[in-house]
Amino acid sequence: MSASGEAVNVEGTRHWRNVVLLWLLASVIMVPVVVFVLGPGLPPGNGSVEASGQTSDNIVLLALATPVALGVLVYLGYALWAFRERTPEVVLDGPPIRGNSSVQFWWLIVTTTLVLFLAGFGTIRLLADGAGGGQGPNPLATPSVPAVGSRLVVQVVAQQWQFNYRFPAYGGVETNQIELPENTLVQFNVTSLDVIHSFWAYELGVKADANPGVNNIAYVTTKGPLLFHVRCAELCGLWHGYMFNQGQVVPKTQFAAWIAQQRVKFAPATKTLPPYSKTYFPHAQRRAG
Amino acid sequence: MTAVGKRIVGITVFAAIVCVVIGLYIGLYLTNVPGSAAATETSAGAELYLGTVPAAAVNDPHPTWVSYYAVDAGAKNWQHKTTYVLPANTLVHVTIYNFDSASALRNNWFGQPTGTVGGVITLDGKTTQGIDPDLASHVFSIPQVGLAVPLEGISATAKNPCSNAPCDLSFDHTTTTFTFRTPGKGLYRWQCFVPCAAGYIAGFGGPMQTVGYMDGFIKVV
Amino acid sequence: MSAIAMSATAPRSGWRKLIGFNMLTGILLGIAGWYVGHFIGDHIHGANLAYFSAQAGENDIAIMLGYFLGVVGFLIGLGFANYPVKRLLGHPPSLAANESEAHGLMRYFSLSTDHKVVAKQYMAGIGVFFFVAGLNAMLIRTELLQPDVHVFGANQYLTLVGMHGSMMMGTMTSGLLGPFATFLVPLMIGSRRMAFSRLSAFTFWLLMAGEVILLTTIFFGGFQTGWTGYQPLGAQGTAGYDAYICFFALVGLSMTLFGFNLIVTITTMRARGMTWSRLPIFVWGTFATAWLMMLAAPMLIAALLMAASDRTVQTAFYIPGQGGSAYLFQNLFWVFGHPEVYILALPGMAIVLELMPVFARKPLWGYRLAVAGLLGISFLSFFVWQHHLFVSGINADLRPFYMLSTELISLPTGFIFLCAMGTLWRGRIRLTVPMLFCLGWIFNFLWGGISGVFNSDVPSDVTTHGSFFVMAHFHYTIMGGLIFAFFAGIYYWVPKMYGVNLNERLGKIHFWTLFIAFNSTFAPLFALGFMGMPRRVVTYNPSFTSLNQWVTISAYVIGLSMLVFLFNVVWSLLIKREPATINPWHAKSIEWTLPTPVPLHDFDRLPVFDADPYPYGVEAAPARAPAIAPARGSA
Repeated sequence: MSASGEAVNVEGTRHWRNVVLLWLLASVIMVPVVVFVLGPGLPPGNGSVEASGQTSDNIVLLALATPVALGVLVYLGYALWAFRERTPEVVLDGPPIRGNSSVQFWWLIVTTTLVLFLAGFGTIRLLADGAGGGQGPNPLATPSVPAVGSRLVVQVVAQQWQFNYRFPAYGGVETNQIELPENTLVQFNVTSLDVIHSFWAYELGVKADANPGVNNIAYVTTKGPLLFHVRCAELCGLWHGYMFNQGQVVPKTQFAAWIAQQRVKFAPATKTLPPYSKTYFPHAQRRAG
Repeated sequence: MTAVGKRIVGITVFAAIVCVVIGLYIGLYLTNVPGSAAATETSAGAELYLGTVPAAAVNDPHPTWVSYYAVDAGAKNWQHKTTYVLPANTLVHVTIYNFDSASALRNNWFGQPTGTVGGVITLDGKTTQGIDPDLASHVFSIPQVGLAVPLEGISATAKNPCSNAPCDLSFDHTTTTFTFRTPGKGLYRWQCFVPCAAGYIAGFGGPMQTVGYMDGFIKVV
Repeated sequence: MSAIAMSATAPRSGWRKLIGFNMLTGILLGIAGWYVGHFIGDHIHGANLAYFSAQAGENDIAIMLGYFLGVVGFLIGLGFANYPVKRLLGHPPSLAANESEAHGLMRYFSLSTDHKVVAKQYMAGIGVFFFVAGLNAMLIRTELLQPDVHVFGANQYLTLVGMHGSMMMGTMTSGLLGPFATFLVPLMIGSRRMAFSRLSAFTFWLLMAGEVILLTTIFFGGFQTGWTGYQPLGAQGTAGYDAYICFFALVGLSMTLFGFNLIVTITTMRARGMTWSRLPIFVWGTFATAWLMMLAAPMLIAALLMAASDRTVQTAFYIPGQGGSAYLFQNLFWVFGHPEVYILALPGMAIVLELMPVFARKPLWGYRLAVAGLLGISFLSFFVWQHHLFVSGINADLRPFYMLSTELISLPTGFIFLCAMGTLWRGRIRLTVPMLFCLGWIFNFLWGGISGVFNSDVPSDVTTHGSFFVMAHFHYTIMGGLIFAFFAGIYYWVPKMYGVNLNERLGKIHFWTLFIAFNSTFAPLFALGFMGMPRRVVTYNPSFTSLNQWVTISAYVIGLSMLVFLFNVVWSLLIKREPATINPWHAKSIEWTLPTPVPLHDFDRLPVFDADPYPYGVEAAPARAPAIAPARGSA
């Protein structure tokens, strides 16, 4: 038994070594490719501070996922080549290997470490600035203001099937277009008038569900000039796919001029609007007569 | 015929029946793609006439639902269509005859017309920059081009309201006209923004969410 | 052991076969029940409700009562009331009496207490609705060929999306356990039946009733919410949403009872010697899934009951502004919804781990680790559901916890991968069609799992939630995983279940076409999600057009591969009918020691187990034969 046992061990070690070498080679090639070639193209880009945070997060995830995926794929490919039955007419069994506690132990250690690292890394990222996501009415993470006087609150009013935007600091004017000033901490107060929508400003890296009766706060710190696309990201009925518009990040003076012009343009409407509030409950409508 | 032959014939017949059933099934989903109505071209641009009613025609699949119709200048020739074909980059004059009463706006912002030439509408002959949100009956809006026009409802104490389409101008109605410029070629969608679908939560179910009633397409050619 | 009582009456001839308690009678009584329920609903609603129905032109109470009494009528027509009524009238209990007097083909269209018949009923029923839902997917992709050409109405498109999702989710939760667990779990544990044979038939026919109800949704305007049925959008919808509610309520009930049946069967009906540590991994996987089915599905029923009352008697559980909360539905739904997706994933894992030893000719590597993996996934799946709600405005304190719990699920999932890979190590791999599908499972679920890790990380989820990236993630796990395992199981067990071989060449064509087309369809969806295309949209940014067209063409090829499969089934099972040998795969598990077709009573003598379930590579060990209990007078 010992002679064949040793032969078996040598055989196993040989395969093991081949797999590990192939895997290392593939990882050494692919991880830099992923990080430096694919990485810069990962969404949502660098249009805002939070978007950059998400992008670097995605790059880290992809960089860690690459060797994991390669591990499985390289092993599969090797096993299918090395361990395939060459004489399928005869049905022969392989060796009765039922497990290997050392392999299981190290697998457990490595995967647990990876998972805990990812959870910790994600939490730190998340608590730094909220990562552009909707945090509910009591946000846990507020990014710092870039400079004195660079803070803006915009209420996103989602309704079936259009986004409106309300600026409480500018007379509560409501518009159907959105422009934001550069280098400003913008607080989006996202709410809905009817069903659940989701405010997704792609290049800004902002996504916050618009839940009726809820004030869902998401932060974004704008950088330079930017054209961003707003889409609804939660099925809200018939025209969900058509619920989109575009916005812009512009210099502060241009924003000031724009908002002043909007106030003039929508003065008649502003008179009839209810006072600015974090949530709205339009009463159930009945037909008159 | 051999047993195998019989089986093959039986299977072929069964497969044919299955194909027919599949075709019928797909057909169920292909229905209700309503036809389109085109705007009339004139030297001064294009003209589109629409009518809004409190209930569709008596023989309509949904005779209790509010609806838009395409009509002509005299509010005749009622066609139950909500896809309107308009020429590109042209000033389009739209006239809407509204035979329905008010349900009030859900978002008062729509009381002010946006996207029209001059930012105004003409309501029963008078130019105005907005209507009382509580008197709104319907809205005609093409969000993709920034157009939103409120339509005032007939009075709550109107003596001669129309109940089902088709209506004619002898019934109580309001007339709203406005002009807007169409964009380039493409398919756009329009909708109403008044919660006028009675019997549905938030007034936005049923006809408000069904193409052919309070929603449709603008085909710009 | 009592013998199975055989029907004493002579078989009927011709059209008389159709008289009696069977599917036809069920359908007739079901239709009658619909009209009775509708009539009652039309007459019982009060003034307030009349306003809403009259204005809307529909009466949800009438429709729901119609569905409910229709299902009751259907079940009575099938004969489910017979035994309870007999007992009420004083007849003694009967263990496994075959309720139906049907013979031959009619067995499959009536109430049968033979677990093998129920399994084949499940196979056919699941198959039919899997293809209907797949057809819906083809229609969805057809709509998405162009952003500004609409083949279907915008309403109909949303209903197609909802139908595809709902039908697939509702059907495939019983999709693997129905056919395979019902047939094999009793055999693998050495029992002649499930613990509750009548309940087994009941869960099947409930599912069928629900599917038919779902098909009727288009006649009432369809539903606009997708399979997740969010409120208050659902409460706002036309009457088609009632069909959605009834469908999932029936599916939920069917799942709960089925899970319960499986748990009791596995716990109490194992033969002598079948200890927990000797259970085949397929049975462990079924066991892990059954707990999820039994505990999670009732949440769905509760959530839908409240949705139904919102729509009919005008309560406001989910209507904000009138005291309700949209969050309530989201949370109740996902407390069910997350275990639900593991109900879909676990049976696939169980089948792959069960089949790989056969085709690597080695024992399952790391048996205990695999069991820990399956049970770990099952347990953890109850603690992760808020990851569907990361950006919905839930309390931000919760998110790090759910991020951690969701990431933790990748640990037991990793165990499954390790065991599958370990089974291949130094094996003698035979690339038969079932094995190809198992390998396909490993490849596809790898990408599904990794993309799941992206979604579990909150900052990354802000990028991808609600986009096609999520779509690609769950299609890789559910379709690339579960469906591939489904086909592995079909090609593997059809020779035993039906006694005929499926054509191997057509099987290989099916596999390769499906594998390539599947990856070609869903891999670009990761890119589309990254580029910003939201889910469930009828139009999209024109710059995505060519990628969408590529995806649609690939989806059509998936459809073609399924036609190859259907042709194989028809050709092999109905036309060529080449009889299968008893053990074509030279497998060493117990079901392959039984004759083909498996006799009504399964085992001549109940087996006594004395070895581990994977005796591969042990030189002197014979193929697993049940030890013969010493003969002792009457059985």
